[in-house]
Amino acid sequence: MLEINNLNVHFGVIHALKGISLTVNDGEIVTLIGANGAGKTTTLRTISGLKKPTSGDIILNGENITGMSAQQRVNKGISHAPEGRRVFPAMTVLENLEMGAYLRKDKPEIARDLKMVYDLFPVLSDRQKQPAGTLSGGEQQMLAIGRALMSRPKILLLDEPSMGLAPLLVQEIFNIIRGVNKAGTTVLLVEQNAMMALQIAHRAYVMETGSIVLHGTGEELLQSDQVKKAYLGG
Amino acid sequence: MEQLIQQIINGISLGSIYALIALGYTMVYGIIKLINFAHCDIYMIGAYIGYVCMSKLGLGFLPSLLASMLFCTVLGITIERIAYRPLRNATRIAALITAIGVSLFLEYTTMFFASANVRTYPSMTGFMAKTYKIGDIVISTQQILIAVITVILMVLLQVIVKKTKIGKAMRAVSMDKDAAELMGINVDTTISFTFALGSALAGAAGILVGIYYNSINPLMGVLPGLKAFVAAVFGGIGIIPGAMLGGYVIGIIEVFVSGYGYSMYRDAVVFAILILILIVRPAGLLGKNTGEKV
Repeated sequence: MLEINNLNVHFGVIHALKGISLTVNDGEIVTLIGANGAGKTTTLRTISGLKKPTSGDIILNGENITGMSAQQRVNKGISHAPEGRRVFPAMTVLENLEMGAYLRKDKPEIARDLKMVYDLFPVLSDRQKQPAGTLSGGEQQMLAIGRALMSRPKILLLDEPSMGLAPLLVQEIFNIIRGVNKAGTTVLLVEQNAMMALQIAHRAYVMETGSIVLHGTGEELLQSDQVKKAYLGG
Repeated sequence: MEQLIQQIINGISLGSIYALIALGYTMVYGIIKLINFAHCDIYMIGAYIGYVCMSKLGLGFLPSLLASMLFCTVLGITIERIAYRPLRNATRIAALITAIGVSLFLEYTTMFFASANVRTYPSMTGFMAKTYKIGDIVISTQQILIAVITVILMVLLQVIVKKTKIGKAMRAVSMDKDAAELMGINVDTTISFTFALGSALAGAAGILVGIYYNSINPLMGVLPGLKAFVAAVFGGIGIIPGAMLGGYVIGIIEVFVSGYGYSMYRDAVVFAILILILIVRPAGLLGKNTGEKV
């Protein structure tokens, strides 16, 4: 599905991604864990086209998308729910979801996906007409995920969906991510909550200061001493 | 009492002009956080296009209005494309200085081609010159025209911004550029469109001023531009209804100050309002600060 080869990204003189490579296979949940500043968010932003890489390739279903705009990548099936939720605060919940389907023209299908999102997050359906800025943090996160699903993506990039949420809500969000994946969407998940992320992930990559230092199945990494020491508090 | 109503009517005419200009300031600020100082000169050019259409080409008012709006739309898009887009990722001060440069460029280019002399619009005849008396209150056709056209344009603008796809994209980009891009919105196109809308409104304001005050000159945009900017800040910069409200309030206050015998102070009062609003309510009348949710 998604393949990244030797990707380098710079912010001015800072070398943020140092030649990382990773693969996400069809139907997988792959998680990218690591400390603050490791380059996880930059990786996602480069995949979705918000940040241009200095070198390297991003390949989606065999097609090189490295030179494409963010807009073209949405059309190709990449959807990115960014860090910090980034819902449009002055727009209603419904309008936010409609923005997610911005490039689509198939009205009946959009209506179906809207219903699917409301089924997934009933609370959003209750708050359709409410400005997104008035939602609670957890509801905003649901809206951000719902909005990202409205483009009917092949691969969903999720950046820190658990950030700032109460433990119960975190559990709920992770259940939903698993559900979305079961329904057929491939997921690339960036998380600081390594324990939770590794539990739902098929495979995982560990990043440190711009490089991938470890990878394996979620299970393997949960058992790895290195990971335990650094990220799982044990 | 009659005098009060008369002043309000005059104030609405002036306020309409300010509101139309203020909308352009506020929309552009909302989307790229730039005070487009050249905006007031687009208004001036709009007045000149109206002058050419009505005086030289002998066109009627409505075709001239459309011509002026169309020309300003193209001008606005061109300015954004040439002057501001290359600076999209530059510091804000660089863009601001460029805006001042564009403003001077427009003013003195107009002076070069049209001379610095005051030009006068043809005097209105027939229907356009009519005045209506209700008791002691006098309303002219021009005043009605200004008020009606302004309201029509504002309603149109609201429909575009609230209901159309590109309008929603405008709001999305102004709230969060990155998130908008992730929705597949073409940010550059959306910004161009914003300049187009704002400039069309400024063009309309230009020709309306032409038929109302008759005389135009290449520096006519400076002071109304600043006042419209005050109006935008007063209502809350970046907020569309705020600019409308601010425009009318500033226009009415200005007319009141001059109407009741302090016309020397009318500019001072407007800028005093700016200072006051920045002290008391810096986010503007309709603006509010929203914190992050957890």
